[in-house]
Parts: sequence; structure tokens; C-alpha cells
Amino acid sequence: MPTQTEQIARPRRSVRGAAELRVRRAGMPQRLSGGLFGLAGLAVLALVWELYKSFGPADGVILGGVTVLPRTTDLAMPHLFVMAERLFEPVTGAASASPLWLAVLQGSLFTLGIAAVGWLVGVTVGLALALLMQRFRLAESAILPWIILSQTVPLIAIAPLVRRWGAQIQFGEFTWESWMSVALIASYLAFFPVSIGALRGLGSPDANHVDLMHCYAVGWWKTLWRLRLPASVSYLLPALRLAAVSAVVGSVVAEVSIGLRGGIGRLIVEYAGAAGGDPGKPWAPIFGSILVGLVAAGFVGLISLFLRRFRRGEAA
Amino acid sequence: MTGIVPAVEVQGVTRRFAARKGPGVTALDDVSLTVAPGEFVSLIGPSGCGKSTLLRLVADLDVPTSGSIEVFGKPARQARIDQDYGIAFQQAGLLPWRTVAGNIELPLELHGAGKAARRRRAAELIALVGLSDFAGHYPDQLSGGMQQRVAIARSLAESPSLLLMDEPFGALDEMTRERMQNELVRICAETQAAVVFVTHSIPEAVFLSTRVVVMSPRPGRIRSIVSVGLGEMSGRSEDLREDEGFFRALSQVRELLHGDEAAPTGARGVERR
Repeated sequence: MPTQTEQIARPRRSVRGAAELRVRRAGMPQRLSGGLFGLAGLAVLALVWELYKSFGPADGVILGGVTVLPRTTDLAMPHLFVMAERLFEPVTGAASASPLWLAVLQGSLFTLGIAAVGWLVGVTVGLALALLMQRFRLAESAILPWIILSQTVPLIAIAPLVRRWGAQIQFGEFTWESWMSVALIASYLAFFPVSIGALRGLGSPDANHVDLMHCYAVGWWKTLWRLRLPASVSYLLPALRLAAVSAVVGSVVAEVSIGLRGGIGRLIVEYAGAAGGDPGKPWAPIFGSILVGLVAAGFVGLISLFLRRFRRGEAA
Repeated sequence: MTGIVPAVEVQGVTRRFAARKGPGVTALDDVSLTVAPGEFVSLIGPSGCGKSTLLRLVADLDVPTSGSIEVFGKPARQARIDQDYGIAFQQAGLLPWRTVAGNIELPLELHGAGKAARRRRAAELIALVGLSDFAGHYPDQLSGGMQQRVAIARSLAESPSLLLMDEPFGALDEMTRERMQNELVRICAETQAAVVFVTHSIPEAVFLSTRVVVMSPRPGRIRSIVSVGLGEMSGRSEDLREDEGFFRALSQVRELLHGDEAAPTGARGVERR
């Protein structure tokens, strides 16, 4: 720590200057350059696509009878501008058909809504499980293996189960609807990273800090609120982002497995059938699902802006 | 010392750590020690002599296997619950998401002090440790020495009559360390608190203390207690480091630390308890 001792020896203003500099360096320009690199990566991907399409063999690259790279026909690999153009044409030949982008956007919003519900449920359950495991060592050894095992069950296997069980739930005004099954499956994927991340985060304070709380003679709840929760933020945020993306993927897959209409999952299946005569069309819902994923991740990014204070330790 | 309730009274304390195999480790063996109110007592000894264990027992962060510990006439546990002591560790242990002021206010906030009272007390303490320009800074913007000063201010937040310090300057470089020692002397003179101070450094122990408790390892025992006799806290300053009495006490403690069990104890100026 030679810089720290230098700092104390130097006049005070320079210490403050150094601190400000550090804050500024981690601020806007860095985020901007990160965005630029992201765009550059996208451009490179587009370039590779188009170059391979222009110069790759029409039958694809085949090694020992196995196709390693796809065929480059307009049907298998449409030009990027074909995909883009297709977005602005009507969904079908019918006179009343809306433009494709609008249909995809509506589907995206529908899926986003379900994914959001699934994310909320998943985050709540994940946090509750993590708190339980943090509080009781016994709960940790009893629950943790099951949490990990739960993720080895394929979604396809639980989707029909959830649907069947859901159909039997009915009390008073409330009836279980298909979208709830989809949200439940999304939450099944989303709770996992949250419970694991939160458990690690809640256990992350130094022994020093825990001792200090003990010296202050405060109970578990106060320690949780003042120490463990704030300390867990830097573990929780990546977990929340992962959960958001998992909830989106879970929603799309569950829509397909359950056969729910109106969302991106359904559109992917539906439009894939059109690939034969309309190669640009299946790409539209894929872009839609990417959009939903980005919005979900962006939302968590927004949360992390508000919690920036609790991530200071990472910079040090 | 009759009539006055001692700040700390350790009587026949043994702490044994059980091991899975074998007999376990005796960290402290039949240790007795009394610290008077306002007295500065250092615990010094090689690693493994149980000085940190003793401090943790007084703080009720650990319980003795046998023997009793009283703080201001109460069992250690009750003293902890009543917040009779303030504590500082080798690592400053500041919460990174709180500012300097926020960290100092933490114990007050946890114990339900009002906002205005908290603000006032924090401002006082920040001035006391000379960090008035840094109240709004976060720990990662401070040097190690400044962080430790914040930790000391935090330990003083509730005006305890006893301070427990576990090598608080151990991670600092020598220059910062001496400056911090001078400040601690000044702070102790102002607050009149008793201090139990664990350290590795002989000059540090001698410069700060009224008495230096020299401990020996395996099992942890008190070898002897040196009364430094360098006068009142308020009279101590940088000049003391050049004083003849300072050097005499220094070599006394050094001999006790390095001499083996056979070396004569109870020598001139050494009081055996």
C-alpha cells in the first residue's frame, strides 16, 4: 500500500483530487467505450455473415460427411438486408395484415410481461431461500443440494406437469391461466442464480464486520439489514441480470412447450414454417427475443445504477 | 484499588480450543489481570501467546473455558450488551458503502440515537481524529492510516469508559504508526478511557502504556507486568521517545520477551502479579 501512505503525506487537496479522478475514470467515458466496442462486435458479426455468404461454397463446408458450416443459399442464409426489409412488409398476404415488425413487437411485449412476472417470483423465492439458508445452517445442508438438482430437470419435462397441475387450481374468482404456467416455469429458471448469488453475498462480510455487529449486540435482522444485505449487492446484481435473461429464455421455451399463443415463442415456431418460401421471416422473432433479453438486462442495469453506493468495495 | 470498581477484572481464566484429534490447544492458562479505570494496559508477546484471545474474551467475542471476566463489575456478556466498551481491530473494518461520517454514526444508529444527536457526535469525533475535511469521503478514498483513525473514532462513538484495541496500527507503516500513537495518547488524555491494547511492537507498548503485560506462548501465560512509569497521558509527547526512562522500560520489556523461562523475573522495577 505505498500509494496510501504517500497520500497521507501529501497535502490534503491532492488526496481529494486523486479520489475524484478515480471516480471520473470509472464513469462516463468507460461506459461509452464499452458501448462502442459492443457495436463494433456486432458489425464484425454482420461482416462475417455477409463475407461467408458471398465466398463460402453453396453446399456448405462438409468434413467427413458432417456439415460444419451451413449452406450459403439465399434460403439457408438470407442477406441481412433481406431480413431487415422483411420486417417492414405485412405478416401475410392478407389485406388486413399488420407489418411484421409490429406483430413481433407485440409478441415481444407479451413475452416481456410474462418474463417480468416470472423474474419477480423467481427473485422473491430465490431471496427467501437464501435468507433461510443463511439463517439456519441446517436449512443450507437440507435445501442447497435440491436447488442445484432442480436445474438438472429439463424444462420440456416440467412444462406439461405445471400445465396439468395449474389446470386443477381454482378458488373463487381465481382461475389458473396458461400464461401463469409460463411465468412459473420462467421463475423456475430465474430463482436459481438469485438463491446461489444471494447466499454467497449474505455470507460475504468479513469476520471483522460480523464481530463488530456482535460487539454492538445487535440481532440477526439488524445485522442483515445493516451489513449482510448491503454487502451482498455486488453478488446480487450479476445474479439478478442472469435471472432476467433466464426468465426470458424460460418464457420463450415454455410458450413453445405449453403452446401459449401471443408471445415470441409461438411466433418462432409459426414463422419457422414459412422459411421455405420466405427466408427473412423466421429471423424477425429471433430479433424480437434478443430485444426482450436486452430490455430485461437493461432494466437490471438501471437497478444497479441506484445501488452504486453499495458496490464501492469493488473499486478499491 | 479497593473501593473502585476495576475496568477489567480477569480471574484465573483458561481458554482451551478443542481439536478434532489430540488434546487441543491451550491458548490461555490461568491468567489473572486487573485494569484500573483510565489505565492504559498493553498486552505484548510472541504470536500464539493468547493476547488476542484474551482481548476477545474481554469483548465477549469468545467465552473462557474456565475462570471469570468482569468489566466494570459486570460479567463480560452483560458489559457487551450494555455497550460498556468500544473496540478497534487490526483491519479498520469500515463499511465500504458508508461515508466517514456514516461509519462513525453506525453504532449510534444501531442503538437508536436520534439523527441530530448522531450528526453532532460524529462531527465532534471527526474533528477529534483530525478528518474534518473528509467527513463525506468513502473508505476507499482514504489511506490506511486515515481509515484506522475513522475506526478509532467509531470505537469512541458512544463514549465508552473502556477501549479494546487489537493491534490497531499493525498494518500501518512505521511513520504513520508513530503519528497515530501520538494521536492515541492525546485522545486517551481527552477521553479518560481505560485501554487494553494488544501489540507486537515493544516501543509502541512502552510509549503508550501505564503498564505492559508481557506474555509467553504455549500455553499463553502472563510472564510479568512492567510498570512503565512515564507519567500521565496528558504529559506524553514526541520527546518521550528520546527519554532515558523510555529506553530503560524498552530494554526491560525486551529482556522479558526474549529471556526464556529460567531468566530471573521479579527484577528491579518489575512487579509480579
